[in-house]
Amino acid sequence: MANDQIVKPIGGPPSDVEHIKIESNYLRGALVETLRNPVTGSLPEDDNRLMKFHGSYMQDDRDLRNEREKQKLEAAYQFMLRVVVPGGVATAEQWLAMDELAHKYGNGTLRLTTRQAFQMHGVLKWNLKKTIRTINDKLMTTLAACGDVNRNVMSNPNPHLSEAHEQVNEWARRINNHLAPRTPAYHEIWLDGEKVESSEAAGEVEPIYGPVYLPRKFKIGLAVPPSNDVDVYSQDLGYIAILEKGKLIGFNVTVGGGMGMTHGDTATYPQLGRVIGFCTPEQTIDVAEKTVMIQRDYGNRSVRKNARFKYTIDRHGLDWFVDELHKRMDWKLEAPREFHFDSNGDRYGWIKGTNGKWNLTLYIQSGRIQDDGDYKLMTGLREIAKIHTGDFRLSPNQNLVIANITTQKKRKIVELIEQYKLTDGAHYSALRRSSISCVALPTCGLAMAEAERYLPTLIDKLDVVMDEAGLRDESIVIRMTGCPNGCGRPALGEISFIGKSPGKYNMYLGASFNGDRLNKMYKENIDETEIISTLTPIINRFAKEREQGEHFGDFVIRNGYVKATTSGLNFHD
Amino acid sequence: MQLQVTNSPFNQEQVELLNRLLPTLTESQHIWLCGYLSAVQSTAAFAPMSAEPQLSAALAVAGEALSAPVQPAGSREVTILFGSQTGNSQRLSGKLASLLTDSGFQVTLSAMNKFKPNGLKKVENLLIIASTHGEGEPPDNAISFHEFLYSKRAPQLDELYFSVLSLGDTSYEFFCQTGKDFDVRLEELGGKRLTPRMDCDLDYDEPAAEWFNQVAAALSERLNGSTAAPQTAAVSAAGIATATESEYSRTNPFHAEVLANINLNGRGSDRETRHLELSLDGSSLQYEPGDCLGLFPENHPRLVDELIQALGWSADEKVPFNKKGEEGSLREALLKHYEITVLTKPLLEQAAKLSANSGLQELAAPGKEKELKDYINGRDLLDLAQDFAPWNWTPAAFVGILRKLPARLYSIASSFQANPDEVHLTIRAVRYEANGRERYGVCSIHTAERLEPGDTVPIYIQNNPNFKLPTSAETPIIMIGPGTGVAPFRAFMEEREESGAEGKSWLFYGDRHFVTDFLYQTDWQRMLKDGVLTKLDVAFSRDSEEKVYVQHRILEQAAELYEWLQAGAHVYVCGDEKHMAHDVHSALITVIEQEGGISREKAEAYLADMQQQQRYQRDVY
Repeated sequence: MANDQIVKPIGGPPSDVEHIKIESNYLRGALVETLRNPVTGSLPEDDNRLMKFHGSYMQDDRDLRNEREKQKLEAAYQFMLRVVVPGGVATAEQWLAMDELAHKYGNGTLRLTTRQAFQMHGVLKWNLKKTIRTINDKLMTTLAACGDVNRNVMSNPNPHLSEAHEQVNEWARRINNHLAPRTPAYHEIWLDGEKVESSEAAGEVEPIYGPVYLPRKFKIGLAVPPSNDVDVYSQDLGYIAILEKGKLIGFNVTVGGGMGMTHGDTATYPQLGRVIGFCTPEQTIDVAEKTVMIQRDYGNRSVRKNARFKYTIDRHGLDWFVDELHKRMDWKLEAPREFHFDSNGDRYGWIKGTNGKWNLTLYIQSGRIQDDGDYKLMTGLREIAKIHTGDFRLSPNQNLVIANITTQKKRKIVELIEQYKLTDGAHYSALRRSSISCVALPTCGLAMAEAERYLPTLIDKLDVVMDEAGLRDESIVIRMTGCPNGCGRPALGEISFIGKSPGKYNMYLGASFNGDRLNKMYKENIDETEIISTLTPIINRFAKEREQGEHFGDFVIRNGYVKATTSGLNFHD
Repeated sequence: MQLQVTNSPFNQEQVELLNRLLPTLTESQHIWLCGYLSAVQSTAAFAPMSAEPQLSAALAVAGEALSAPVQPAGSREVTILFGSQTGNSQRLSGKLASLLTDSGFQVTLSAMNKFKPNGLKKVENLLIIASTHGEGEPPDNAISFHEFLYSKRAPQLDELYFSVLSLGDTSYEFFCQTGKDFDVRLEELGGKRLTPRMDCDLDYDEPAAEWFNQVAAALSERLNGSTAAPQTAAVSAAGIATATESEYSRTNPFHAEVLANINLNGRGSDRETRHLELSLDGSSLQYEPGDCLGLFPENHPRLVDELIQALGWSADEKVPFNKKGEEGSLREALLKHYEITVLTKPLLEQAAKLSANSGLQELAAPGKEKELKDYINGRDLLDLAQDFAPWNWTPAAFVGILRKLPARLYSIASSFQANPDEVHLTIRAVRYEANGRERYGVCSIHTAERLEPGDTVPIYIQNNPNFKLPTSAETPIIMIGPGTGVAPFRAFMEEREESGAEGKSWLFYGDRHFVTDFLYQTDWQRMLKDGVLTKLDVAFSRDSEEKVYVQHRILEQAAELYEWLQAGAHVYVCGDEKHMAHDVHSALITVIEQEGGISREKAEAYLADMQQQQRYQRDVY
């Protein structure tokens, strides 16, 4: 295959992380002791690697690094905790628990992630155990929220569209549970579980993962057409629901997608999943299990930046994979069915569901739940959670659905919405409502530039350009990340910015509106002035010359600003 | 005849004192006083050159029942005992010893805890120099001697002649209490005063010199059996103050350049602690770990300006800066030379005479001690000026009742060996509100707000012989220093790091919050990693629901800590005296009691013995 030049064969010894995993005795490491060390708020590198499997990254407030060094204080170490919320569905009680924890042990805010998980920042080492215990008390977990395992399984969160949506959501939950690590280390360390002697037979502790887990993270998402809100092509393993007369009959299966890459290394690239066949709902579990096991056995354990499943697929080819999958499952996928995606965005506002209950999708800027000046979003949501009998649904676009509101409660909730002026974003530009940004500075250790703290300001300026062009109501998918690892799925933005250094970004153009085409770099290493001066004429021309219904991403390709990226393999061309 | 200003050579104040004293004298006291006054007159050569009539000293004379008759044929042997925390008493004792030795006396000089109390009965001439701490408590090396004198074992001392010099601070309620205790008790035990006790405020040079001259004269007199010309040479206040090899001293401070001034508390802390690095380049000043640095601050310009405004004078009024005849503007005097942030009882008594407001006179009158104490607490000269106007004072009279702005002492936070020609301090900014106004710690706020790299600040080194590393580099040390109390331990550890000392070391540190208040955190982490520091236990009181302090960590580690003690470890405590030092002391006793399996009394004796051996040293404030 053509990709042989790009994806090099595996060679060389296992990476450091592989050693840490194998020596960790199923993710225990020295965590019990190092968590207790009272002299530092940090963990040693090895244990920090293991912490990811337990749902946490060590971070530090990078704004304060230099200042604290002069003050003879160690960096302001703190932990980000990610909470697995399969399909993004959380009860009101769970919402209240997260809200309380954020105030008690976190930095007083919550982040809804692009994978429909809760994220809290600023937890000190000494408070991790209490926080994780409370999360588990509320029937949630942080286990496998990060690390080289299957991550939070995504699905369309909207319960209002049909019964089938509920079923898809349920399958997301089942796949998630099936792929959860089984190591007793999590209970021992966080929940004061009895220490269990690990079995000699490795297979008994982790029948799916084995003692070294996966070579890299693994992501699964379930989409319900015509909405591609989960960006199903960005997933390592995707399921596209096929409905007949409103009934869920099965899923098309996609494999080999993924966003992350490394600046300046063309052997790394974002890739889209490709449809390989169709399975029934019950078969999804087997497909997921065997796919994960193939990646476990064939993924690159030597070079981490080439370890994602997309490189395994591109190295061996799709046909090889399908054969291997069929062999391991002992049954075959059927031919894929017809489907169609419109967009990967969210619908905002009030909608009455098929079950007669009400749903409200709120616009949440960058997924950040906080009280910001006069906008008391966090307080308002807390007050709603106190009386709400339905649930909360975290969308893949970092928005929030207050779901399954009964007719009796609706009046009271509307009152609270008005009291706290909670918004579905209707007064914002369509551009802003189609935006995603990752957390980046000051907490993320990988960020090279701002994202969450900067994108809103950049959009203020782009709004002026859009307004003048008469495009205030035109949705353009716009995304910004502080690094090329891809948390904000930047390779799928019609306009995207990936951080290079403070204030400087690579600008990408030309992804599709529905998430089935990657974008391509248009300008490298540019600052805000150049961003505006570059985009202004393109936007103006788009306003004048676009064809009927043509989206911005398609327009820039038709007019030759960038070539269409047809596969990750020509992303860098 | 009732004395009055008009019918005597005395001023109003003296008249009042004499009129209070004279009617109370017995016949024998009358006779003694006549003799005493003529003797003092004949030894006038001993008076310090610059000494002015010391009202407080005169008051002290008046207030005591003086009973030592002039007696011939005394001994040449003199014993000087000192009780010293920060080294002032010890240094004064050394001065006195050389003065008396030069005059032909045989002097025994000793710290109180080094003196065998059963030898006391043989002592004929005893001179005591002792400071007072906290709520009228004796310094650590005076505790055992103080207890002995007040115990049933204390001997009758009918043959003893003694005199006491006490060091203190009039802003504390129990001013010079330890000196007073010794003075009263020695008399109760039958001793006779050579000269009356002298109580010194912070600025002790002049009264100490005066007392030196008095005791030298009295000793000579006893020896020669007459008031004939003494053999001792007079000592001056300047002679008292000279301390180190360097030409720089408390009375001639070195102007050190500020090299760095860093806030050690991270953003979000409710505290501010300055790490101040000063250059000693060109001063020849040296110090050892455990020593202190005296730093002369300036008063807050805002307070000075408000005070001048309240007084209604011009900032340019000429006033004396000191008793040496230097003078300058009122503003400069209040900025740099006089204390304006503390009210003391003597100050209020003198101010009462200059106020036309009867309120102050009432407050300063006898029987109002409680009200006076309540008023003094948390107030300063601005309060006084505002609360008791109108005043009958001139700028010169006003500054005349003020105390000299004293230097502040800080435990040095660096090792000279590790940082040649530098000295580091750890200074916590003191800010609080009292009586409706924001108040500041003079020196800490001067440091926090107005000292920048390149500025200079007057300093001197104050040796602290009672807070020193063990002589052996092998001896294990346990250091307990929460908050700024950790400062000398940074010096200790830097010294041991620099010298490659092999002895084990264990630090207990605490403050409010781990993230923002862990002073010198990265220094400790590096030393732990390199093995210079063996163990570090921390307690952050506001990070958990229940407040945890260093004493809790000590108790948690009882078994290992006791092992260290049994292995000969030295224990050092530095920091807050009122709460921490007491709680730590009691925790240490509990550890010994519990792990040693002995009674509480025996455990107390164990620790007292450690103190005696200088294995338990404290620098508390």
